[in-house]
Amino acid sequence: MELGRGRFLAAAGAALAAGALPRAALAQTVQLPFDNGTRPLVAFPQKRPLILLTPRPPQLETPFEVFNAGVYTPNDAFYVRWHLANIPQSVDASAHRIAVSGAVNTALSLSMDDLAKMPAVEIAAVNQCSGNSRGLFTPRAIGGEWGNGAMGNALWTGVRLRDILDRAGVKAGAKQVQFDGLDTAVLPGTPDFKKSLDVDVARGDDVIVAYAMNGEPLPVLNGYPVRLIVPGWFATYWVKMLSAITVLDKTDDNFWMKTAYRIPDTPGNSVVPGATGYPTIPINRMAVRSFITNIPDGAPFKRGRNELRGIAFDGGSGIKRVELSMDGGTTWREVALERDYGKYSFRRFAGEWVVAPGTYTVAVRATANDGAVQQATPIWNPSGYLRSSIETYKVSVI
Amino acid sequence: MTKQSLTVLACVAALGAAALGANAFAAGKPAPPKGTATISLPGDAGMAYKPGAGVGAVQAACLSCHSSAYVSTQPLLTKAQWTAEVVKMKNAYGAPIADDQVPVIVDYLTTNYGKP
Ligand code: HEC
Repeated sequence: MELGRGRFLAAAGAALAAGALPRAALAQTVQLPFDNGTRPLVAFPQKRPLILLTPRPPQLETPFEVFNAGVYTPNDAFYVRWHLANIPQSVDASAHRIAVSGAVNTALSLSMDDLAKMPAVEIAAVNQCSGNSRGLFTPRAIGGEWGNGAMGNALWTGVRLRDILDRAGVKAGAKQVQFDGLDTAVLPGTPDFKKSLDVDVARGDDVIVAYAMNGEPLPVLNGYPVRLIVPGWFATYWVKMLSAITVLDKTDDNFWMKTAYRIPDTPGNSVVPGATGYPTIPINRMAVRSFITNIPDGAPFKRGRNELRGIAFDGGSGIKRVELSMDGGTTWREVALERDYGKYSFRRFAGEWVVAPGTYTVAVRATANDGAVQQATPIWNPSGYLRSSIETYKVSVI
Repeated sequence: MTKQSLTVLACVAALGAAALGANAFAAGKPAPPKGTATISLPGDAGMAYKPGAGVGAVQAACLSCHSSAYVSTQPLLTKAQWTAEVVKMKNAYGAPIADDQVPVIVDYLTTNYGKP
């Protein structure tokens, strides 16, 4: 490829110099705020050093300070999450095709050139892993033990999925649209990773097949050359290296829809640990969340005037209000929202804090345009999905 | 699509092109990529199961699909939880594990990555 070839090689070389990880990268570790949360910082191809969860398949978390640097998460800092370890390490965009088939009038095989001829759409949207923050569940939930960095915000460019579906002609009675990527299972007994959306969701204005991320081609580990973008919905649906779109005339019953990625269909999607027998539904929209991004670990603030900065987002209604508390959530004060990049984007905020020496519990709470507001009590479910409670930070001021 | 985000896009694209000295995006607008992108993944990155009784059985059963990091990053799990995990790997993901190996594997996991 033209753009960034030098960087591909440089990054690959760095990660592979001795067939193992560079010593310098391994020397640095990060302590996530839960038991067994020590992780190495490692640079994978096309990535700066990120928090390594598992090397095979690659699962990398974005260090939290990245979110303080700008509204968009740079491609080389964007988190990485794969399910199945057979991931193509060389992908030829010119030869890549997206097969459109199933309950359609005309089956299609779309090339990058075909996408180039279709109307382009740009949208800022947060991509968040269903299990972001799983490590913070109490009691702990088994799964990928992420801190808060399994998320990112990017400006995505691509074509509307609806335009593709209209070209193929969805047959009456179609129920869902299923997405598959180039990754495959290592052993035949593992179900291939496929995800499905109801036809009306798939046909939404903002669902796109994206070929650019922050104005550049997608990193291979984020799905080069094309991935699905489902703004407002958890990342499990944002299928990477998208290679097949299949219109189904029934509800998808593949493992990754029917068994995995289910949330309790209970108030707040929460259950008591140990509960059984409750109904479940496929995970879907994200809940409203907010974080302070400029409280460095352990480093004290100085007395007097300080600025607290952060980000908020939700499942697509947009952010209405962000409040800060300096007393652990007893009293709240609204802070200023910064520029609006669209209802699916991170919304940055900043608030002034004039403070005397002491120890404080700072808390942040967002309210979405749909009225949802973050709660103090965390939800719990066995898979560790949808964490979204109010974040608190212990801050000492000297 | 708001005017605001269109402007932002133009800036990002322009910066990208300038920084990389490439003209992959005609007229400053991202286009679908062409050509091959190649990376080289580091395999297990030197990570391995801890030595201990039963480690051979675990290496045989628990290394084909993913690295040991999936195990070592879990919180300390009970024997019942590790049993459920091994059964899940076998039944849901098709891990090739003979029934008589399950107790050996569970004991190893509970001793090395678990709590009583
Ligand atoms: C046939 C392939 C396969 C084998 C063999 C296998 N696993 Fe897994 N394992 C998986 C997959 C697939 C996932 C992750 C699914 C996902 O990404 O959500 C996983 C995830 C895990 C996790 C994370 C928690 C979870 O349940 O998702 C643990 C722990 C784990 N495996 C332990 C083991 C152990 C112990 C063994 C050996 C007994 C083993 N695995 C063998 C396929 C396998």
